[in-house]
Amino acid sequence: MATTHSRTLAKLMLLPSVSLLLIWMIVPLCMTLYFSFLDYNLLMPGDNAFIGLMNYEFFLTDPAFIESFFNTLLLVLGVLFITIGGGIGLAILLDQAIWGRNYVRIMVLAPFFVMPTVSALVWKNMFMNPVNGLFAHFAEFIGVTPVDFFAEMPLLSIIIIVSWQWLPFAALILLTAIQSLDREQLEAAELDGAGPFSKFIYIVVPHLSRAVTAVILIETIFLLSIFAEILVTTSGGPGYASTNITYLIYTQSLLQFDVGGGSAGGIVAVIIANIVAIFLMRLIGKNLEG
Amino acid sequence: MNTNNQTKAIYTILAWTISGLIFFPILWTAITSFKTEAEAISSSPSLFMFEWTLENYSDVLARSPYFEHFWNSIVISVGSSLVGLLIAIPAAWSMAFVQTKRTKNLLMWMLSTKMLPPVGVLIPIYLLFRDTGLLDTKLGLVIVMTLINLPIMVWMLYTYFKEIPHEILEAARMDGASIKDEIFHVLLPIALPGIASTMLLNVILAWNEAFWTLILTAANAAPLTAFIASYSSPEGLFYAKLSAASVMAIVPILILGWFSQKQLVRGLSFGAVK
Repeated sequence: MATTHSRTLAKLMLLPSVSLLLIWMIVPLCMTLYFSFLDYNLLMPGDNAFIGLMNYEFFLTDPAFIESFFNTLLLVLGVLFITIGGGIGLAILLDQAIWGRNYVRIMVLAPFFVMPTVSALVWKNMFMNPVNGLFAHFAEFIGVTPVDFFAEMPLLSIIIIVSWQWLPFAALILLTAIQSLDREQLEAAELDGAGPFSKFIYIVVPHLSRAVTAVILIETIFLLSIFAEILVTTSGGPGYASTNITYLIYTQSLLQFDVGGGSAGGIVAVIIANIVAIFLMRLIGKNLEG
Repeated sequence: MNTNNQTKAIYTILAWTISGLIFFPILWTAITSFKTEAEAISSSPSLFMFEWTLENYSDVLARSPYFEHFWNSIVISVGSSLVGLLIAIPAAWSMAFVQTKRTKNLLMWMLSTKMLPPVGVLIPIYLLFRDTGLLDTKLGLVIVMTLINLPIMVWMLYTYFKEIPHEILEAARMDGASIKDEIFHVLLPIALPGIASTMLLNVILAWNEAFWTLILTAANAAPLTAFIASYSSPEGLFYAKLSAASVMAIVPILILGWFSQKQLVRGLSFGAVK
């Protein structure tokens, strides 16, 4: 049992982290909230009049918001679907007895360490470019018309790039989880006559649920605020076809200098993230820390 | 025995093919960086049969202050990790060794600050930085990187510290060790591997961070993420140079990452998977 002395000390040691995070959370957030009620544009210096909920009205009824809201949703769900599905497959494959497993692991893991700006530019130019990209060369080689990825399917192209970046992470976490699976349980199931399919459904899947939860949580945190991949490939276009909420607010705040409107958007983004967070926290509250 | 080897061979071929495909974009970038620009966009691209050249690397170095960006990346990622450790270690120690009813809630709250979308605080941070002269400075980015990675650092250190047996500390206390001795002579040596992995993971995360680094920097403090983004404007004949620049931006962290893959799993899954 800890003494009163060490309890006080423990609190003191927590203080820097807690107070910094609290300040980091609350001060800018209150400022955003305050700005969101003002008619405040950096290009038009004025009295920054209080305009109530007008900014919110404009932001929420803007067709660009509706479109970028669904783009955000598609981006997050699409990448989660691909990386978790692919990740489970890869994890099972890498768990088998194979030659050179360490080299395979190193190759699979590599994309995770590539910075977003590099992976987006490499995919955009060297693979997806409709004239000089590798995919275009391949399409010509087999005699079909090359696809202009970023013009015809901008959001899907970004989903592909982001999935490539996050697949290694999902695969590695799920592989680690599979390796901690109780082998005796599997053997016992086999003796009882369970086939590969029922072993997968009744033993592997329940065992993986904790790891899948962790993957969903962490990926969602990062995927909700995808920015660089959009900035260097499509700049959100054509139109708003590949704009997510993060990118929309960025253009409003720092390209159109509309502090009021951008702030209202920021608060909306925080509310959306909170709804997602509450849902996710419930999920991990159950699954993590036992 | 024979069928066993056969299945092993099939799985091996499958695994090498799939992982090769996943790795291919990086390999292709590396190969293209040694081609001439004309070769790089050739409609019958070649894997190895071309004239290897280093001129793209010298071009990139001549055209832009690569080493300045590289240095900025180092200062920002290592600096923010060190400052972050200084703040996170005491907090994680305290939560791991003096558990209260609130510990779990506190950890959850810290994690929830990670869920705050950066655009929610974009404008205030931008304006505050502009008014305090922190815009486009390394110090400004060190501050932001420290704060956004602090929750991950505390969590990760906490999962390591929690595994240190309490008896060791009790024994030290019995021997009359002060709290200071406890930390520096007992706890730190045992916890050093965990601290090192936390540091490594945070260097990687900060090195690759591409929201704040792109928004808060212009010329002076731009790290490699922003340096590469500057290659997004001109279209067309620059694949080989783009590749060379990309290779120079990712190789250091790729190597670091391969060394720390095990810690990565543990750190990023918040201890859910070991």
